[in-house]
Amino acid sequence: MKFAVVVFPGSNCDHDAYHAAKHVLGQTAEFVWHKDTSLKGADVVVLPGGFAHGDYLRTGAIARFSPIMQEVTRFAGAGGPVLGICNGFQVLLEAGLLPGAMLRNRSVKFQCEHVLIGVEHSDTPFTASCHVGQVLRLPIAHGEGNYYAEPDVVERLEANRQVVFRYVNQAGEATAGANPNGSVHNIAGLCNEARNVVGLMPHPERACELVLGSTDGLVIFESAVASVSQGTFAGIQ
Amino acid sequence: MTIADDVLQRHGLTRQEYQRIVDLLGREPTITELGIFSVMWSEHCSYKSSRVHLRTLPTTGKRVLQGPGENAGAVDIGDGLAAVFKIESHNHPSFIEPYQGAATGVGGIIRDIFTMGARPIALLNSLRFGSLEHPLVRRTFAGVVAGIAGYGNSIGIPTVGGEIGFDDSYSGNPLVNVFCLGLAGTDEIVKGVASGAGNAVYYVGAKTGRDGIHGATMASAEFDEKSSEKRPAVQVGDPFMEKLLLEACLEVMKTDALVGIQDMGAAGLTSSTCEMAGRGGAGVEIDVSLVPQRESGMTPYEIMLSESQERMLLVVKQGREAEVERIFGKWDLHAVHIGSVTTDRLMRIKDGGEVVAEIPTTSLTGEAPLYRRPMAEPAYLAEAQTLSLSSLGPPAPAADVFRRLLASPGIASKQWVYRQYDHMVRTNTLVCPGMGAGVVRVKGTTRALALSVDGNSRFVYLDPFIGAQLAVAEAARNVACAGGQPIGATNCLNFGNPERPEVMWQFARVVEGIGAACRALDIPITGGNVSLYNETDGKAILPTPVLGVVGLIEDAAHVVGRSFCAEGDAVVLIGTGRGELGGSEYLKTIHDVIRGLPPQIDLELEGALHRLLVQGVSQGLIRSAHDCAEGGFAVTLAECCFGTAMGTAVDVPGLGVTSGFGDVATLFGESASRAIVSVEATRAAEFLALASAGGVPAAAIGRVGGDRIRIAVDGRLVLDEPLAEVEPLWADAIGRHFELPRAVA
Repeated sequence: MKFAVVVFPGSNCDHDAYHAAKHVLGQTAEFVWHKDTSLKGADVVVLPGGFAHGDYLRTGAIARFSPIMQEVTRFAGAGGPVLGICNGFQVLLEAGLLPGAMLRNRSVKFQCEHVLIGVEHSDTPFTASCHVGQVLRLPIAHGEGNYYAEPDVVERLEANRQVVFRYVNQAGEATAGANPNGSVHNIAGLCNEARNVVGLMPHPERACELVLGSTDGLVIFESAVASVSQGTFAGIQ
Repeated sequence: MTIADDVLQRHGLTRQEYQRIVDLLGREPTITELGIFSVMWSEHCSYKSSRVHLRTLPTTGKRVLQGPGENAGAVDIGDGLAAVFKIESHNHPSFIEPYQGAATGVGGIIRDIFTMGARPIALLNSLRFGSLEHPLVRRTFAGVVAGIAGYGNSIGIPTVGGEIGFDDSYSGNPLVNVFCLGLAGTDEIVKGVASGAGNAVYYVGAKTGRDGIHGATMASAEFDEKSSEKRPAVQVGDPFMEKLLLEACLEVMKTDALVGIQDMGAAGLTSSTCEMAGRGGAGVEIDVSLVPQRESGMTPYEIMLSESQERMLLVVKQGREAEVERIFGKWDLHAVHIGSVTTDRLMRIKDGGEVVAEIPTTSLTGEAPLYRRPMAEPAYLAEAQTLSLSSLGPPAPAADVFRRLLASPGIASKQWVYRQYDHMVRTNTLVCPGMGAGVVRVKGTTRALALSVDGNSRFVYLDPFIGAQLAVAEAARNVACAGGQPIGATNCLNFGNPERPEVMWQFARVVEGIGAACRALDIPITGGNVSLYNETDGKAILPTPVLGVVGLIEDAAHVVGRSFCAEGDAVVLIGTGRGELGGSEYLKTIHDVIRGLPPQIDLELEGALHRLLVQGVSQGLIRSAHDCAEGGFAVTLAECCFGTAMGTAVDVPGLGVTSGFGDVATLFGESASRAIVSVEATRAAEFLALASAGGVPAAAIGRVGGDRIRIAVDGRLVLDEPLAEVEPLWADAIGRHFELPRAVA
């Protein structure tokens, strides 16, 4: 199966997502330039981390206007699996594919470190191979990862079971101490109502090889492969 | 016509230098020409005080593909790949505007690397500040760190290591030295040459503004109370623009349409045009009216001297222009054809139809002044080298000293800093910052590279020749501890005013020391940077050579960090302590003196130690390794425990130092050529045999385990501290300076 990795000017984790999909998982992967208008027959779309268009405005605010985003939106609307990692998550928020917004980290600083997140639901294409309650150790690297949404929106997200990942401690509890950036309800990642679009701040692509300190990110990509091959979340091309 | 003194002074030129310009041109220079000469002949660009000394450094070796003289050096790392690397200072701008000064320092060194055709994969930095007790220093410190993070994180190059030192001499003159390493195919290295008459000269990148005019001249003068007025000479960085330039330039380099390329760093359009023409034995003619400008009404003088960031100059083969323009267009960059290569070896600058400067290129580079400045041994030296321990009063209890040293900012954890740097992007980082040398794997091969920057300025202050050797040895030892064979080095030499004979003497002795150590350890210097005039109000910084060493790890599966790995492992001390306290962190932190002689160094033993470490790691014997440096044996041992939740218990021989300072000297003395490694207990004998065969003294001194750090000397317990109590002292010492004040109730 084929992963499309969208490259915005300023994307800088594009090569990492490509490496994980192609060289670690052995799947087909292709870069898609932001000015392109076709996803080249991909089964899964990844919006990678980075600083799209420099992010001198709100993160992701300009990337949503890139030509490829129309196609990503169409793909997502047709049920295709879309994963936004870090800056990619921010772009999904700005594009309206996921609700809410990002504020600066509570520390008011960029933070690069490993965190723990708990998987809350396994009925998305990126958590299908996880078990509910599974705790993953993944790196974060962001300055604006403090997720915020209006209380009624958060309530709806919780009611719809759209909070896919939450920052947790070793015991899997979403405590204040486990929250690295101040995100409301410890939210680390979300899905849309149709559950095929997932965004998260931690970087699973940085945790796919033991030499890098963790392989907990592999399951995210393996889930996508399993979901697509079983036809659970195949998009319309 | 006689030119006024104040005009010359503003240009940082002496009257003799001006006369030399007149002689070279055979006439009085135009104002544009005067500006061009002033930046090209500044200390920063011309190395006029340092060149005679730098020539003595060893710069060749079987792996060296590119030595000094290009934008960066390059060494062969096998598999058809070259490591392209260099270190550069951005000290002066970082004092005036910490965030932008540091950020543009990162931007500048990254351009030097990708200009060579290499994709940058790692950054390190070496920083020096005054005491964090001072609010202004805290502001500078936080600003520099944020600037490095802001630029490196955005462009997506991981900061994988570095070091930070503190001394009051840096209060008004912080040091920001940034190292970058990139990878290129050995046959893909691109040079900064302009050649081939008629080939097109292109300008790409950000528009030219009035920022940074005379930045190179500023970096060649001392600071005084008026320095903040120089703020317009600091540039503002745009990492997004540089990311586009990086990707677009690497894409252009994949074609064979390019002849040469150089970034517009210090002295901007001036240095890039004349240096490229000089290297190519050609001339260059450009029209400044075609240069994209951010502001209106800029004069040719301003355009030529601007140091606006993120700009590149390219020479493109005639007939291939459209191809190159199309690639830059893809990245929304405008490549502007501003001139062409000529055969007359002149740098001809036109403003529309009018010629505003016409200078033989060699007069700006090869004919630049060269000074053999007077040298004299500093008056402080003899006095500073004497150390009478008994005059310091009775030694403090070992536990108190241990705790104070762990919390001293030079030794304390730099996690507060490293957490702000993206050190994992590009998914190559095998050893993260704060764990010894930074280690990055080389994808597509089995290899990895260990990188370290280091330099102990207290040792250099007390004996520049020995101190410089210690700096080389320590940086190389760091990469060897990770399992890397040192294969190349770059240096950044930070000193005071070279017009003062004692500073020049320090400089010369340091270069001799670096040369001696690099020759003995077979580590060629492939380039570097000199930063002089690091003085504020007539007070010079401690002489600070910083060495950046690249180590090659043949098998990325065998890489170690400094942390202990498992309970029960044997702790082995390699090397011999002599209880040397001269220039130590102990004397500075506990007694507030920088005195004595620095530790002795036996370069032959040092080389044998490196070989042993590399062998031990590659054979899987060594499970962790950490070199003994600031704080000596006890602090090094503690650092091996931190982050592991495992303590240790060891017993070491006393070093025979009398006068009541025996335990202090054993625990905190900073003798060179030592490392603490951990080895699986059942393989300890095998490792000791390997050490013995290599002629390196080594002894098993204890085990990993427990929740305390226990050190006995000759069987007598002298330090017994709970890990849970001492680790936070070390972990929080930097961050506590930056906690937000509590809200007033």
